[in-house]
Amino acid sequence: MAKKESTFLNMVLTLMIVTVVASFTLASVYNLTKGPIELAREAKRQEAIMQVVPEFDRLETRMFLPVDGRDSLEFNFAFKNDELVGVAVGTYTNQGFSGRITAMVGFYPDGRIVDVVHLLHKETPGLGDKIEKSKSDWSNQFRNVDPREFSLRVKKDGGDVDAITAATITARAYCDAIQRAFSTFVANLTIEEGGLPL
Amino acid sequence: MSQLQNFTKGFIKENPVYILLLGLCPALGVTTSAFNGLGMGLATTFVLLGSNTVVSIIKDLIPSKVRIPSFIVIIASFVTIVQLTMEAFLPELFDALGLFIPLIVVNCLVLGRAEAFGSKKDTLSSVIDALGMGLGFALALTMLGGLREILGSYSLFGYKFIPGDGMLVFVLAPGAFIGMAYLIVLFNYLKKKTT
Repeated sequence: MAKKESTFLNMVLTLMIVTVVASFTLASVYNLTKGPIELAREAKRQEAIMQVVPEFDRLETRMFLPVDGRDSLEFNFAFKNDELVGVAVGTYTNQGFSGRITAMVGFYPDGRIVDVVHLLHKETPGLGDKIEKSKSDWSNQFRNVDPREFSLRVKKDGGDVDAITAATITARAYCDAIQRAFSTFVANLTIEEGGLPL
Repeated sequence: MSQLQNFTKGFIKENPVYILLLGLCPALGVTTSAFNGLGMGLATTFVLLGSNTVVSIIKDLIPSKVRIPSFIVIIASFVTIVQLTMEAFLPELFDALGLFIPLIVVNCLVLGRAEAFGSKKDTLSSVIDALGMGLGFALALTMLGGLREILGSYSLFGYKFIPGDGMLVFVLAPGAFIGMAYLIVLFNYLKKKTT
């Protein structure tokens, strides 16, 4: 086995060639997968919007700064025959058990919640991931409630939300995300006038 | 050692997780369900196959003093390829495993095989070794994941056979250690019996 000697020049050259080849390979893979990855993410977002607002034929997206927190929320106004039928709000919380949770919350123009679906989370598999619709029907309790009468806190904190067994922190965080969406919704839109942007 | 033995040794005799005790971090971390275990095992198999092949091809061109950094760059490249490809074409699997994919880089099984096997043997043996070891690793993770899923959520591959919540401890970290301990006993028993 004719190993190359470990001279300074040999080492520098080898490492350089290895890294340059690796960078080129990664760059081409990145370029190849960039399109499909964006499509997959967009498809997931679109699907979430469809799930949380009533049937619509036109979508308008605007960003609003939340009442608390720095990252703006994405408001998707859904129109049917030019009439507002619902608003899908992409919201988030940083109080998850393992980092940020993002979710899509749908509101009727009068402020009632249509439905909530999660977008991304890193909660404990088997416990906190019960926020996913495919794992548990836990998040269905938010359907059709009015956050002005239904306190978006878990029962342990004096609210109306049933927590998840062994994952109270996750449930609390999810409530925080929904509350953020609702507060921003109320602060920026006029519910009495049909929910149109101010 | 024949090529067949070279291939089959990864399953029981030198099973990477239960006999060699390599790659325990992903083995304990992702095996909350059989499906996650299988996905992680197959992703690792792909990385192992790629890195072992490339290392065995270019082993004579790499000065021994910089071999470890070179191997790590090669492994990390394959891991990134797996991550990007999975996110693009298997978004559901990526949702479940995405968090753990970058951890394959520091899986000592991959570097261990590159250093102990790929850098010494010819390419064909390295490919077969990587396949055997990778599938052995996938088998190990699927078994542990299956055990934890059966006891922890009363289901297997997402199919629930007893209603109810299951034994919570097996979903959490302690269950991984308990399950692994019993599987180590089982595999050592099998190894003694076969040799």
